[in-house]
Amino acid sequence: MTTVETFPTLAEAARAMGSGAAFFGGGTVLMRDVNAGEGPQRLVRSADPALKEVRAQGETVRLGAGVTMARILAERDLAFLHSVARQIGGPQVRNMGTLGGNLFAPHPYGDFAVALIALGARAVLAGQGGARPVEELMRERARPPLVAAVEIPRPRSGREFSFLKVSRVKPKGVSVLSVAAFLPAEGGRIRGARVAWGAMGPAPMRGQGAERALEGGALDAATIARAAAQAAEGLDPPTDALASAWYRKEVAGVHLRRLLERMERG
Amino acid sequence: MSMIEFRKEFFRDERDDNLNEIGKPTRRQDILGHVTGRSPFYDDHLFEGLLHIRCARSPHHHARIRRIDVSEAERSEGVVRVLTGKDVPRNLNTLLSLLDFGLDDEPLLAETKCAYKGEPVAAVIATSEAAARAAVKKVRVDWDVLPHVLDVEEAIRPGAPTVCEVYPGNKFVYHGKYDHQKLRYGDVEAAFRQADHIVEGRYQMSPIEQAPMETCGAIAAPEVNDRYVCYTGTQALFFSLGTAAKVLSMPSSRLHFVGGTVGGGFGGKVDSIHEPIAILGAMLTGKPCKFAWDREEEMQVGAPRGAERWYLKDGVMKDGRIIARQFTGYFDSGAYTRLSSYAIIKGVGHLPGPYTIPNVSANVYCVYTNRTPATAMRGFGITGVDFAIEAHMDKGAEAVGMNPIEFRILNAYRDGDMKAHRREAKNCALVECCQVVAEKAGVRLSGEAAAAASTKGGGGERGRLPAHTVTDQDGRVEGIDTGGYARKGGGASVSVPTPPRPAAPQYQSAPTPAPQQAAPTPAPPPAPDAARKGALRFSSLSGFRRR
Amino acid sequence: MAKKPVTFTLNGRESAAFAEEGQNLLDFLRRSVGDLSPKYGCGQGGCGGCTVLIDGEPHLSCLTLAEAAAGRKVETASGLATGPVLHRLQEAFMERFAAQCGFCTPGMLVSAKALLDRNPRPTREEVIEALSGNLCRCTGYEPIIEAVLDAAGERARA
Ligand SMILES: Cc1cc2nc3c(=O)[nH]c(=O)nc-3n(C[C@H](O)[C@H](O)[C@H](O)COP(=O)(O)OP(=O)(O)OC[C@H]3O[C@@H](n4cnc5c(N)ncnc54)[C@H](O)[C@@H]3O)c2cc1C
Ligand code: FES
Ligand code: FES
Repeated sequence: MTTVETFPTLAEAARAMGSGAAFFGGGTVLMRDVNAGEGPQRLVRSADPALKEVRAQGETVRLGAGVTMARILAERDLAFLHSVARQIGGPQVRNMGTLGGNLFAPHPYGDFAVALIALGARAVLAGQGGARPVEELMRERARPPLVAAVEIPRPRSGREFSFLKVSRVKPKGVSVLSVAAFLPAEGGRIRGARVAWGAMGPAPMRGQGAERALEGGALDAATIARAAAQAAEGLDPPTDALASAWYRKEVAGVHLRRLLERMERG
Repeated sequence: MSMIEFRKEFFRDERDDNLNEIGKPTRRQDILGHVTGRSPFYDDHLFEGLLHIRCARSPHHHARIRRIDVSEAERSEGVVRVLTGKDVPRNLNTLLSLLDFGLDDEPLLAETKCAYKGEPVAAVIATSEAAARAAVKKVRVDWDVLPHVLDVEEAIRPGAPTVCEVYPGNKFVYHGKYDHQKLRYGDVEAAFRQADHIVEGRYQMSPIEQAPMETCGAIAAPEVNDRYVCYTGTQALFFSLGTAAKVLSMPSSRLHFVGGTVGGGFGGKVDSIHEPIAILGAMLTGKPCKFAWDREEEMQVGAPRGAERWYLKDGVMKDGRIIARQFTGYFDSGAYTRLSSYAIIKGVGHLPGPYTIPNVSANVYCVYTNRTPATAMRGFGITGVDFAIEAHMDKGAEAVGMNPIEFRILNAYRDGDMKAHRREAKNCALVECCQVVAEKAGVRLSGEAAAAASTKGGGGERGRLPAHTVTDQDGRVEGIDTGGYARKGGGASVSVPTPPRPAAPQYQSAPTPAPQQAAPTPAPPPAPDAARKGALRFSSLSGFRRR
Repeated sequence: MAKKPVTFTLNGRESAAFAEEGQNLLDFLRRSVGDLSPKYGCGQGGCGGCTVLIDGEPHLSCLTLAEAAAGRKVETASGLATGPVLHRLQEAFMERFAAQCGFCTPGMLVSAKALLDRNPRPTREEVIEALSGNLCRCTGYEPIIEAVLDAAGERARA
C-alpha cells in the first residue's frame, strides 16, 4: 500500500526519491493508480514554493514544475501557452494537473509536453545545475528525474507557434493526437523548424519528416503540402480505444496541414 | 428553449382535453434532496465497521476451473472471509425464474467454469476496500483455458464451443419446444413469389453500456429479529428481493430491502447480483458488508444492452405496398440468459414494425456467446430491430423509387388493421407523424399521402386474419422441461439436471455470529405451495398457463 | 498504518478528522467526515461526481489526497444553502428540472458555483466549458445549462 511523505524543500524531496517512490504533482494521474490499488509504494510531495514559481516576463519564461494549467491560464504574459493549457482536461483537471506531471503522464496524455518539445523547452532538474531539453527526458519516462522547473523560449510572434489537439469529445476529450509547430522565420524562410506530436508514439516526440519538409521553405501551400505528405514519417502510434495506429498515421498529415494553414493565415 | 410543440388537432375526439400537467413546468417530488445533496443513495448510509467485498474474476473468455485456492487471500491483511460458490446456498439461478421463464443457468460465483471475461469466482470480504483489492490478487485459480466464441452466428454453428451447459446448442429454448421464438402470419414464401421486388438487408448493433453515474452496489447488515437490511441501488427492488431470497434459500420475510433512490439505471440495475452477495457477506461475518463495482467493473462486467444482428427480407409491389416481410434475428445474450430471452419476446411482439403487412414470419434466436451477459436497457428488444426495420424501409422505398416518407405512409398501420401478433391496431399515429416530418423537412407529399389519416382506410379486409398461416416445426427441441420456480412455489428444484454441488451451508440466526464452518447438511428448500390451479391465462413470457 | 490528523474548513466551519495513508479526499469526506454530498462515480477523474471546491476552485476529490486538504477551504453541495434558504443555483435546478436521478447534481452545483463566483454573467459557452468536467447520464445537459444561465440572470438582476 502507498505511503505519503511531504518535504518542505525540493532538495529534501530529491534526496528522498529512490526505488518505489514517485513524485506527486497534482496527482491526476498518480491517484488513479492509488485508488485502483496499484499506486507506487511511496508518494513524495514537496511544499517548496519554488515549484509554484512563475516568471512570465522576458525571452525565456520559467515555470515551476508544480504550476497548474489553471495558473498558466490566469497569467496574461503566458498567452502563447493558453490554447494548449485550455485543452487539457476539464476545469477540475486544469486546477489540479501540473506542468511537471504532464511531462510524464502516459499515453494519450502529455499534450503540454508536446507544446514544450516543439518550443524547445528545457527542464531544470532538482538538485542539479543547468537544464536539459524536455525532449531528452521523454526517454526517461519509466524513471523520471525530479523536475524543478521548465524554461520555455517565448516565440517572437503569435504566428511562430501553434498547437492543435484532435479529440472525439468536445470540450474535454483526450487526444486522438496532438501536434505543435514552432516555425521561426528569417527573411521569409523557416529556420529551425520544430514539429512535435502527441499520442503518436510511446511518448511525445519530434516529427522529423515534417520538419525536414518545412526547413528553409516559405510557409506557403507547396511547403505545407510537402510537410503534410511527410507527416507520418517516423511516427509509431499505438492502437487504443480512441483510434487505431493505422488511422492515426492516415490522419496525421491532414491535421498537420490544418495546423500549418492556420499559422499561414496568422 | 422548449422544443415541444403540441398538435392538439390530432386525435381530438379520442381524448378529453383536460390535461393539467403536460406542457407545464413541474417539479420532481425528489428534487429538494437532489439539489441539497441529501438524496439517500444506497452508499449514503454509514455503518460502523463496514466491510468491503471485491471479487476475483476470470481473466479468460472461457475456462474450466480446476481449483480455486483462497488460502493466501484469507491470510492477507484485513481479510475477514473469502466466499466461493460453495458458500452460496443455491448457486444457480436465472433472473426470470421469478416469472417462471427459463432455466437456472448462472452461478453467483462460478465453481466449475467461467464463460465470460470478468466472471466472478470468489468474493473477498475485508476491512477496507484497499485490503480487499490486495487480497483479490492473491486468489489463485488453476485454469484450463477453453476455446471461446464471440459471434452469434459462429456460436450456433455445429462444433462451436458450448458456452452454457444448460443450453447445449447455445440457444435459449422457447416454451420448452423451440430453439427460437417464432412469429408466423400468412404465407411469406407464397407472397415473395408474387412480389415485384425482393429487398434484403443485414443490420447489426454493438453492445451498449448503460453507464449510470452511480455504479451498481448494495450494503447489507444484520438487523434485529433474525433479519437482514439491504440498501441497494437496484432498479427493481422486489425483483432483487425475490432473487436474493431464492439464491440464499431464505424466506423473503427475513430480508428488509431499502431502495428507490437510484443513481441512474437505464436497465443496468436489474440483475440483482450485489444484493445476495452483500447479504451473504453479512450473514457469514455478522457485520455490515458493502459490495459495489468500481467503474472499470461497471464497464467490463456490468451487463450491457446486448448486440443484435438482423436479416430482413421484404416482398414489395411496384406501387410500394409491402406484401411480405421475413426476419431472422440473433440476440447476443452473452454467457448467460439474464433478460435477453425476454427481450426477444418483446421484440417479436413488435414485428413487423408499425406497418400493415399481410404476410410476416420471424425466427429470432437468443444466442449464448462468451461475452459479458446482456440485460435490459431502455426499450430493449425493440431498439435494435427498429433500427433494422427503419433502415430497411428506406431501402424498400429506394427499390420502388418512392419518397421514403410516402412509402411509410402507404404501409403504416391504420386503426382497425390486424397486426401480425393478432391484435387490432388502435390509436395509430404514424401517418400523422410522417406528415409532420415531411412538413419539417420540406418534403412535398403527394395529394394522397397528404390526405391520408390513421383513422381512414383501416379495418375491413385489412382487419382480418390471413386465410391461411403456414406453420412448421423447425428448431424443435426435445426433452426440455421448463418446470419453473414460481409455479412450484419458489423452492423446488428444476427438472434439468443441475451439476452436483457440495452441500450449502446452514445459517444461524443473527445476531449470533454465523458459523465459519459450513454445516454439511443441505439447506432445506422452503416448502412448496400446493400447485396453483385455475383458469388459463395468457402471458407474453410463457404463453398460456393455468392460474 | 499511520493515520494523519487533517484540519481544514468545510463549508465555512473548522473541521478535523484522521486520514488514512493514501486515502483520497472523496472517501475522507464521505466516510471520515460524514459529508455524503460528493459522489463516487469512477475514482478516475472521469465523471466529476466527486467535485468539491478547494479555496474556491473545483477539484476532483477522488484524485486529491485527503491530507492535501489540510489548512484549506473545502466547499461541497451540502454547504450551498444558508440554513433553510437555498442558493440561487439550487432554486434554478429545481425549477428547470435540471436533475433526474440526482447523482451528478452535487458536483454540477459546485462547478457552477465556482463559475458564477468568478464570472457572474457567463455566456452559454462559458457555462458549457465550466461544466465540461462533470458528466450527466440522465438529462442530456440542456436543462442544467439553462438552470445555470437562469441563476446567473437572477443574480445580475438582484
Ligand atoms: C479526466 C482527465 C482528463 C485528462 N485530460 C488530459 C488531457 O486532455 N491532456 C493531457 O495532457 N492530460 C490529461 N490528463 C492527464 C493529467 O491530468 C495531466 O497530464 C496532468 O498535467 C498531469 O499532471 P499531475 O500533476 O496531475 O500529474 P501527477 O499525477 O502528479 O504525476 C504524473 C507523473 O508525473 C510524475 N511527476 C509529477 N511531477 C513531477 C516532477 N516535478 N518531476 C518529475 N516527475 C514528476 C509523477 O511521478 C507521475 O509519474 C487528464 C486526466 C484526467 C483525470
Ligand atoms: S469519482 Fe472523481 S471524477 Fe469520478
Ligand atoms: S441527473 Fe442522473 S446523472 Fe445527472
